[in-house]
Amino acid sequence: MDLALIQTALELGLICSLTVLALFLSYTMLNVCDLSTDGCFTLGAAVGAVVAISGHPFLAIFAAMGAGVCSGFITALLQTKMGVDSLLAGIIVNTGLYSINIAVMSGSSLLNMNQTTTVFTIVRDLLEGTVLEDQYKLVVAGIAVILVVVFLTLFLNTRLGLAIRATGNNPDMVRSSSINPVFTTIVGLCVANAFTGLSGCLLAQSQRSADVNIGTGMVTIALASLLIGGTILGRGGILTRACGVVLGAFIFRLVYTIALRFDMPAFMLKLVSSVIVVLAISGPYLKSRWPMIRRRLAHRSGAAKGGN
Amino acid sequence: MLTLSHISKTFNPGTVNEKKALCDLSLHLAPGDFTTIIGSNGAGKSTLFNAVSGSFFTDEGTILLDGRDITFLPEYKRARSIGRLFQDPMRGSAPGMTIEENLALAAGSGGWFSHMTKADRDRFRERLALLDMGLEDRMKQPVGLLSGGQRQALTLLMATMNPPKLLLLDEHTAALDPATAEKVLEITRQVVEEHHITTMMVTHNMQDALAMGNRTLMMDSGRIVLDISGEERKGLTVNDLLERFRKGAGRALDNDRILLSGGEE
Repeated sequence: MDLALIQTALELGLICSLTVLALFLSYTMLNVCDLSTDGCFTLGAAVGAVVAISGHPFLAIFAAMGAGVCSGFITALLQTKMGVDSLLAGIIVNTGLYSINIAVMSGSSLLNMNQTTTVFTIVRDLLEGTVLEDQYKLVVAGIAVILVVVFLTLFLNTRLGLAIRATGNNPDMVRSSSINPVFTTIVGLCVANAFTGLSGCLLAQSQRSADVNIGTGMVTIALASLLIGGTILGRGGILTRACGVVLGAFIFRLVYTIALRFDMPAFMLKLVSSVIVVLAISGPYLKSRWPMIRRRLAHRSGAAKGGN
Repeated sequence: MLTLSHISKTFNPGTVNEKKALCDLSLHLAPGDFTTIIGSNGAGKSTLFNAVSGSFFTDEGTILLDGRDITFLPEYKRARSIGRLFQDPMRGSAPGMTIEENLALAAGSGGWFSHMTKADRDRFRERLALLDMGLEDRMKQPVGLLSGGQRQALTLLMATMNPPKLLLLDEHTAALDPATAEKVLEITRQVVEEHHITTMMVTHNMQDALAMGNRTLMMDSGRIVLDISGEERKGLTVNDLLERFRKGAGRALDNDRILLSGGEE
C-alpha cells in the first residue's frame, strides 16, 4: 500500500467529510434525514465551477455555499410550512435540482476546469518549493474542514444551536416551549446545506471537473461515514463528535481504497456504502431483538417436539 | 392576570366524533392565585390548559393574559409568559443534552448567538442546589440519565427559570412514586411562593387539591361546575367536595383515580 493512495483517500475523505458534517447537523442534531443532499452537492459543484471558470476562484466557494443555503431553505420550507413530509421534501428538491444543475452548467452535463484557476491551483503555486508542495490538496481540504468543525462547535453551543439540538432531540418539549421549531428547522437545514454545497464545490475544483452525477449516492456515502464516526467517537462534546465524524469519513475512504487495491471494481462503491449504512442502522436494532428471536425459535422447536 | 371570556372548543365538528370539549367557559384569575383543578376524565381540564397555552385556537371567546389579548398568539410566543408541565416527565427536557444545556435553553438570556457564561453556570448550580437532589454536581451529564422525579423537578426549574406570568401544572406528579411526588409538590410550593407566580394545577388527588393553593375549581363536560375559595374553602373535606360536585354536576364523580385517592382519608 503506497503513500500516494493513502494521501488520495485522505484528500477525498476530508473533502467529503464536509458533507458528513452537514449530515451531522441535519441528521444527528436536527433529526431530519435530508435526501436533497445529492442534488445540493452537485449544485455546489456546478455553481462553484461556473464561478471559478469565470475567473473568481474564492467567490466560487461562497457562491456554492450560498446556493446550498437556498436549496436547504426550500427543503425546510416544504416540510415546515407547506405540509410536505420531510423525506418527500428532500426527494422533490433533489429531483428538481437535477434540472437546475444542468441549467447552471448552461445545458451541458460536464464542465471542464483543466485551464481554470481554482483555490487548489492557487495554494499549489503558493506552496511551490516548500515541503508541503505535493500536499496542497490536503492543505486546502484540511483548512476547510478545520474551519467548519470550529464553526459547528461554536454554533451548536450558542442558544440558537441548543434550540436546534432540542428540536431534534425532543420535539414535544420544543412544541410547548418558546422555541419556534419552524425557525430552528429552517436555520439548521440552511447551514447544513451550505456545507454540502462547499463540499461539492471543493470536490469539483480538486478533480478539475464538475459533472451532473458528481453527487449521486452522496447521502448514503455520507451517512455511512457518519455512522462509522459515531461508533468510534459517538459520545462526549460536540467537538469530539465532530472530529469523530471527520475520522469516519476518512476511514470509509481508506477501506474503500484498500478494497480497490484488492481488485474490487470502482463501481461497487455505492453498494458498499449502502451495506455499511444498513449494517450500522439495523445492527443495534437486530441485536436488541436477538434474545426474543432466540426465545421464539427455542419455543417453536420445543413445541414441535411436544407435538411429536 | 388571566381572563377567559366565554371560550368554546369543539373537536371534529359535524362528524360522529364531535366533542364539545369546552362550553362557554369564563374564568378570571387574580395575580398570585394558586388554583387547583379537579374533574373526571374528559371533563376538559387538559383542553383548558391547551387553550390557554395555545396548542390550538379556541372557536369562540377571548383570552387575556396580564391585560394583553393572546387569543390568536402562537404557542411559542405565549410560552415566553406561560410555563407548562405535563404528566409525562420525559416531555419537558431534552434527554440527549446536558443538564446545563437544558437550563441554558430555558434561561434564554442573551441573544441567539450567546454562549453559556460562568455566571450562567453559577446561577444554574445555585438553583439546582435548591432541589436538594444532587443535580448541581451532575450539570455536564445528559438529562436522559436522570430519574422521572429528577427530570420533573428539573422541568419545573426550567419552567420557572424566568418566572412566568402563569404556570400550568397538568397532573405533573401523577407519574411519580408517592415519595417523589410529595417532594416535587413541595418544590412546586416553594418556587410558586418565592416568585408569586399565578398558577393553575390539575390534580386527581383531592387532598392535594384542597391542601394546596387558595382556590379550587371542579370541571365537568367542558364547564366549571364548582368554584371554591376563601373562607368557604377552609375546613372543607374530600367528602364535602364529592358531595358538592354531585350537586353541581347533577351526578356522582366517575373518576376511579379520584375516588381511590379520596378514599385514603
